[in-house]
Amino acid sequence: MNNALQIVWLIPVLPLLGFLINGLGRKILSKSQVSIIGCGVVLASFALSIWAFVQVKNGNAHTVSYFNFLSVQSLRIPFAFLIDQLSAVFLLIVTGVGFLIHVYSTSYMHEETKEHFGRYFSYLNLFIFSMLLLVMGANFIIMFIGWEGVGLCSYLLIGYWFKNTEYDKAANKAFIMNRIGDLGFLIAIFWIIAKIGNTDFSDVFVNTNRFTPTEITAITLLLFFGATGKSAQIPLYTWLPDAMAGPTPVSALIHAATMVTAGVYMVARSNALYSLSELSQNVVAIVGLATAILAATIALKQHDIKKVLAYSTVSQLGYMFLALGVGAYSAGVFHVMTHAFFKALLFLAAGSVIHALGGEQDIRKMGGMNQLKITSVTFFIGCVAISGVPPFSGFFSKDAILLAAYEHNKILYGVALFGAALTAYYMFRLFVITFTGDFRGTEEQKNHIHESPPAITIVLVILAILSVIGGIVGIPDVFMKGGDKFTQFLAPVIPVKAEAAVSSSTELSLMALSTAVVLAAIVFAWFRFRRCSFPASRGIGKLLENKWYVDEIYNAIIVRPLYKLGEILDEALEKSGIDALVNGVGRAVQYGGRQLRWLQSGQVGSYVLLMVVSMVLFFVLQFFLRK
Amino acid sequence: MPINYYIFLSIALFVIGIVGVLTRRNAIIIFMCIELMLNAVNLMLVAFSKMHHLSNAARDASAGIDGQLFVFFIMVVAAAEVSVGLAIIVMMYRNIHSVDVNFLNRLKH
Repeated sequence: MNNALQIVWLIPVLPLLGFLINGLGRKILSKSQVSIIGCGVVLASFALSIWAFVQVKNGNAHTVSYFNFLSVQSLRIPFAFLIDQLSAVFLLIVTGVGFLIHVYSTSYMHEETKEHFGRYFSYLNLFIFSMLLLVMGANFIIMFIGWEGVGLCSYLLIGYWFKNTEYDKAANKAFIMNRIGDLGFLIAIFWIIAKIGNTDFSDVFVNTNRFTPTEITAITLLLFFGATGKSAQIPLYTWLPDAMAGPTPVSALIHAATMVTAGVYMVARSNALYSLSELSQNVVAIVGLATAILAATIALKQHDIKKVLAYSTVSQLGYMFLALGVGAYSAGVFHVMTHAFFKALLFLAAGSVIHALGGEQDIRKMGGMNQLKITSVTFFIGCVAISGVPPFSGFFSKDAILLAAYEHNKILYGVALFGAALTAYYMFRLFVITFTGDFRGTEEQKNHIHESPPAITIVLVILAILSVIGGIVGIPDVFMKGGDKFTQFLAPVIPVKAEAAVSSSTELSLMALSTAVVLAAIVFAWFRFRRCSFPASRGIGKLLENKWYVDEIYNAIIVRPLYKLGEILDEALEKSGIDALVNGVGRAVQYGGRQLRWLQSGQVGSYVLLMVVSMVLFFVLQFFLRK
Repeated sequence: MPINYYIFLSIALFVIGIVGVLTRRNAIIIFMCIELMLNAVNLMLVAFSKMHHLSNAARDASAGIDGQLFVFFIMVVAAAEVSVGLAIIVMMYRNIHSVDVNFLNRLKH
């Protein structure tokens, strides 16, 4: 077992070290020391990831096993990392984008006190560690450890400003929503163990014939339920928009590089299972598409800059699941990558705007932010990229998804195209309202507006470049034979479909159609919102502004009945049931004791009397029993 | 004389003793009543011993003799008990100037 990849354990361990050093030394280390350690370990991981990527590219995909993590009778869970094409791509995304976000944070969080600064960076490092564990794990158990770790870190980071009760509630919501999904994942793991005997990817995906078709459907649906929690799909998506409570770089980290892509990764990883169940695939595709449309409609009417981006994330994740559902796994993963670039860019640029305005997040009070040159240009690039305008990165990934949807089902394609138009529309609504026109905030804010320091702008520029060129690894075959390097690279993990189902002329016209639709939406948004007025929404607008009242519905049908049930149990079972029983025993003993006390009078006479009476009683009894 | 008379007499003595112990408060009288009960038992033992001896003497010369031996033991123990009991009563009188047992309810505490 002498493989060069043996050393990959360093990739997750380095951020773990960073977490320990920053976490334990947060009272001693200065801010610059924390920054260097926090960014340094992730940079080192990134370098190692590149090295691992090159190794994989040279054909050295490998499972490295370190020790027995769990050993119960015949069940053996090795602590092993699987470094193959899929995990290598995710390693690069997680550590690369993660590193940029770390660098950005050093500037963005600079006003925090020393201790909290250290705490923040330790959480960030732990987050990266968990995510790396998730994508590197060679079996479902190691993956699940990372999965839970990511959930924990999101809780810690969303509730980073823990003195604000609203933020704490958002953190709790994220945690609980994720837990609900985790249950599905956990049951699926147990099921797999029961059938296969272990959870190694190499075993499970090869021995799929040991499952009956029904079992595969059930397991994949359970896994997908887990993914809906982590990746914010219907019905568990509501935590993600609330997760905006955390600092902006955290939102970028959760939304772009880590966490929400976990579900996509898991489904893509399990593609061998999903390909065997048509029902599960359809469920994944339909849920993904429904989420994409629902979130896009909500994003149309939000006024908080981060909320718009949050819903756009939910919507884009929906697209990824649509791709997974129609069997275009590599297109889904491709969209994960490009989305990581432009969504990180959008969030960080939004953070730059918020920073310049001293914490203002309401776009109705912004406007004219194009005086922040770098921020506005990079944000514009992000908007173009996410809208899917060629030749930006979003175009290639989204087009791959749309094409796959078209091959699968024309109706899916039509709805997805509508969603793409919505995406372009709300992104440019956001851009136009925020960056053009006159400033609508207070005079004080106006004087305070300034471009962010280099640590922020450099990161923005790098991400902008990536957003522009990120698509060239996946150029469709119609433009360039063998241009889709991304799919070819992933081919060992994700089988490529043999023949394209549509002719290249159809493909080209589909691209032209989607481009035209997107451009039309952009132009429409541009002219519609150039003159900003914000009348109170009515009718459907109000419905959208209130997010379809989904939170309220959840409250009414789940949360409140649960509380009610809790109250009933509290009243009926706890107070008058268990409490009464316990107190009753106590009272009975007390009462008995009080009555028996009279026997112990201390009067010798009474003792003797009792003695005599009982002896006589014995004699009489004996007399009768004898008979 | 039939054995019945002895039995009735000793039961009568024993009951008088019990009633005396239960009803009287003077420690010395209680003490005397206890002696009365002991002696009621002694009388019973001697009576039964004599009865056994008479009916079994032909077979065994020492039949029923153990009953009379018991009586001697009881007398010895009673004598020792009297000396200890009276000493307690004397000490009790010295301490609380009374021999009323109802004052002696300290056992409760």
